[in-house]
Amino acid sequence: MSSALPQMGAIARRSVVRTSRQPASIIPPLVFPVVLMAVNAGGLRASTELPGFPTESFLAFALAVPFIQGALFSTMNAGTDLARDIQTGFVNRLSLTALRDSALLVGQLAGVVLLGLVQVAFYLAVGITAGVRFESGPAGMALLFLYGALVALSFGALGAWLAYRTGSGETIQALFPVLFVFLFISSMNAPRNLIGVDWFRIAATLNPVSYMIECVRSLIITGWDWQALALGFGFVVVLGCISLTLASRALRTRMTRT
Amino acid sequence: MGTWNVVSGVAWRTLKNALTNPQIALPTIAFPLFFFTAFAGGLSQVSKVPGFDFPPGYTAFQFVFVLLQSAAFGGVFTGFGVARDFEGGFAKRLLLAAPHRSGIVLGYALAALVRWLVVAVLLTVIAFAVGMNVLGGAVDLVGLYVLAALVNFCGFFWAGGIAMRFRTLQAAPLMQMPVFLILFLAPVYVPLDLLQGWIEGVASVNPVTYMLETGRGFVAGNPPHVLGAFALAIGLGAAFWTWAFLGLRKAEAAGA
Repeated sequence: MSSALPQMGAIARRSVVRTSRQPASIIPPLVFPVVLMAVNAGGLRASTELPGFPTESFLAFALAVPFIQGALFSTMNAGTDLARDIQTGFVNRLSLTALRDSALLVGQLAGVVLLGLVQVAFYLAVGITAGVRFESGPAGMALLFLYGALVALSFGALGAWLAYRTGSGETIQALFPVLFVFLFISSMNAPRNLIGVDWFRIAATLNPVSYMIECVRSLIITGWDWQALALGFGFVVVLGCISLTLASRALRTRMTRT
Repeated sequence: MGTWNVVSGVAWRTLKNALTNPQIALPTIAFPLFFFTAFAGGLSQVSKVPGFDFPPGYTAFQFVFVLLQSAAFGGVFTGFGVARDFEGGFAKRLLLAAPHRSGIVLGYALAALVRWLVVAVLLTVIAFAVGMNVLGGAVDLVGLYVLAALVNFCGFFWAGGIAMRFRTLQAAPLMQMPVFLILFLAPVYVPLDLLQGWIEGVASVNPVTYMLETGRGFVAGNPPHVLGAFALAIGLGAAFWTWAFLGLRKAEAAGA
């Protein structure tokens, strides 16, 4: 373990520096979800008049979406960066060294987690500036940083798995619409009990992304809803465990020393 | 070799790439279907908001938006192909070989139209399959698809103009983002008179709003400001046509 930490640190530093030096990796995950939220909040404000809508501010309702949408960008960024490392032979060169697989994986995800924390700070700042009142208070906001880091780690590991498995940045980009399906067929724009089309409501109920969004939403518009928090954290942790396991296995295959 | 040979050659090659390569075909087909599913399915209760009055129903309301969106993005995605051809050096060989270079741009435009038509047919079939109501007649529907085809040309000539100026796929966000924004700054979810705040002001001066309202009117059987919407679409198409051909001149001057 003692030798793994410096290895992890070196790879993490490289990952953070690489992320921070690429405006294309930082700006879209920050700006695009906020623009979409602003447009949706403007266009769907009238839906707060529906009986049973949980808040009078659609912006407060929609603010949860960027937290998860930004994570999808993390998946793509992590995957694309790692695929580039594979395509350029960086991973092959690393496989000639004594570097531990775990150090490489955890280190490479450090940049994604850092970006995830920056995203949380940015979205919170946008929400507060726009007048959104956080029902869970400062403690809820602090919890959002922990949740944001976990979400970034879980989705980043998913991107890493795809990269180690395919080794192609183009394939990762092509998978973007597939990931978007999970976001779109969720409770991102309407509470599940107000979704009128049966099959869509069932699909949204079966979709873990709904619970990830509702976890953040509960901290903003409800306060401390322990069930929503347990479901949100639970699904993120499960996704993280599965993604990290798959990514570790794929990396082991990729780093096979012959 | 006449202009038509160049047009058909470029269109055929572009279409073959676009429709046989899953990485290119998937986003073109999948994105409109996602949007249609998410909006028509997930937001159907919005039609119960007080003041919402669109007799054909919310599925038809969203169908028109997604049809116009797919038309615009069919053009933009073809613009990506132009940028890819310049990046890979194929466009340089094309410029050397084609006796009528305007045919190159027209060929890409034809490919954009056919590519969108494939998506439009699929989208229409799915919309009818899930029970979309159409109160307009055949003439109204022809009007809707002609309007969408004009939007497709606008989308392509805009993106193609960018692609021929920058000649790299790194310009893709520049092609895509303005189109995305102008589409979503229209009355996407509710009619214009139900919008409130800043977005109501922006949507009121957005040309897409008028095309969208006319398109929805075609489906409802009582299209408002038809002449205005077509004049806007043709005017924008002419402006972006000029933009694209000026881009071609720049590419020629740069030696591609």
